[in-house]
Amino acid sequence: MSIDAKTVAKIAHLARIKVPEAEHQQLTGELGKILDWIAQLNEVDTSKVEPLANCNDEFLRWREDKVTDGGKVDDILANAPAKTAGFFTVPKVIE
Amino acid sequence: MSKLTDLSITEALAGLAAKKFSAVELAAAHITAVEKTRPLKALVTETPEIARKQAKESDARRAQGSAGALDGIPFAIKDLFCTKGVRTTASSKILENFVPTYESTVTQKLFDAGIVMLGKACNDEFGFGTANVNTPYGPVISPWSGTDPGAANRKLVPGGSSGGSAAIVAARAAMAATGTDTGGSSRQPASFTGIVGMKPTYGRCSRWGIIAFASSLDQAGLLTRSVADMALTLREMSGFDPKDSTSADKPVPDFTQAIGQSAKGLRIGIPKEYRVAGMNADIDGTWRKGEAMLKAAGAEIVEISLPHTKYALPVYYIIAPAEASSNLARYDGVRYGLRVPGESLSDMYANTRAAGFTKEARRRILVGTYVLSAGYYDAYYLKAQKVRRLIRNDFDEALKKCDALLAPIAPSTAFAIGEKQDDPVQMYLEDIYTVSLNLAGLPGIAVPVGLGSDGLPIGLQLIGRAFDESTLFRAASALEKEASFTHKPPFTA
Repeated sequence: MSIDAKTVAKIAHLARIKVPEAEHQQLTGELGKILDWIAQLNEVDTSKVEPLANCNDEFLRWREDKVTDGGKVDDILANAPAKTAGFFTVPKVIE
Repeated sequence: MSKLTDLSITEALAGLAAKKFSAVELAAAHITAVEKTRPLKALVTETPEIARKQAKESDARRAQGSAGALDGIPFAIKDLFCTKGVRTTASSKILENFVPTYESTVTQKLFDAGIVMLGKACNDEFGFGTANVNTPYGPVISPWSGTDPGAANRKLVPGGSSGGSAAIVAARAAMAATGTDTGGSSRQPASFTGIVGMKPTYGRCSRWGIIAFASSLDQAGLLTRSVADMALTLREMSGFDPKDSTSADKPVPDFTQAIGQSAKGLRIGIPKEYRVAGMNADIDGTWRKGEAMLKAAGAEIVEISLPHTKYALPVYYIIAPAEASSNLARYDGVRYGLRVPGESLSDMYANTRAAGFTKEARRRILVGTYVLSAGYYDAYYLKAQKVRRLIRNDFDEALKKCDALLAPIAPSTAFAIGEKQDDPVQMYLEDIYTVSLNLAGLPGIAVPVGLGSDGLPIGLQLIGRAFDESTLFRAASALEKEASFTHKPPFTA
């Protein structure tokens, strides 16, 4: 179940990573190889198996729904590449 | 008296208590050692001023009689742990100038116990690798060179992803270092550098403040030079944390009690599927030696089966990239880290992420995005989660028949920088013995057992039941005693 350059371009867009045209072919080969290799899982019959998302399912617990943290605007903005008046700033998205 | 930098943590604590030397002197010796080991590129950021200040405070506490369990012990911290006010890069360009405004729970606990921080240790970017070459701050170089012809001119990898942590501890420039372990990242570098490495049970340590790679697999790890040092340090960094919903609200036993206890009566399982045709003779030989050592120490050896072993790697290389692609979505150039301008907001994201991540990180994000994308989720991600359950069931069954498993860690000894880098699948095969226990959430400890015919260290791992690290420490301390591995790398501080 190998993939083509068009699919690589699509997932690069979904992942928001710019991949130069020149790298498409190499990446298609590498990703195809990885995907072919993981496809061996199809040998395993899992028709009666529940998926396991995490090993800690037995100790996940509820907590009270209350605010326990906050009021840290300066801390949160401390590493922002661009900020103004207590907000993150980004390039203009509407005209 | 031996050099201060050669002492174990246990010996150093005794020396500090007996006033043979001060924490300030211990820190000074290690700061000099860090400078001497700079060619290894083990640290991304050195923090000698912090170390001197913390050492002075440690001496004051000891004078007042309020010293903590690790007071004055010089540590390196893997650069995936957020340290308040100290640059934390994840060894990635995308976080080159990131200075956390908060402290990770694990480092806070270690600071509360009195450790002295020498610096932030290099790793494969975000933990993506087994050779510590996938980072703009490396490659980290092993202090070992081996005895093969031309070995002296060959630079070896320290393993990864906690390669900087392993190199600095093995080179005697830090007494211990934190690591993380998502698929072997603490155990494999420990094996490559002849030291002790550990991955505790999932949920034993808080993941709060550890930069996330794959949240259902990530766990704090640790690298030390003895099993006793490991038991003491792990005790101090473990415990429930309300800030991490996956941390376990269970009491932390005093792991040090298990050290030196007899292995008599322990049942040690040998997973038969791990012994494969064409296996490296040194690895197989060391594994058989380890088995004989535990038997000599009084343990009973039983053969067990983990039928789904061959599927662990493909399961891991679906789940880990899937979770990584989701976790790394946060690096978008908006809230922290690198920003590369673009014509639009979307363009800015794509430019930032192209410039900020290494090739391997980009590859894993793309694989993860693909296996989670519409139309492929069931075929890959859900399928992997189902096989993951079968893998865990295998361990549950096996650990009914024995108290711990003994297994190899890596398929070979350390390889040279530059090797195995052309083919991602070949590099992924390095993880064949280590990823299973992450998928099953179990604890594992790597103990150095011998040298291969190339003069390079080989460790073995013991794998235990969830939250039963004490039994692991009992078996590991017996194995350590029988193996009496005293080899040191040719390059030390």
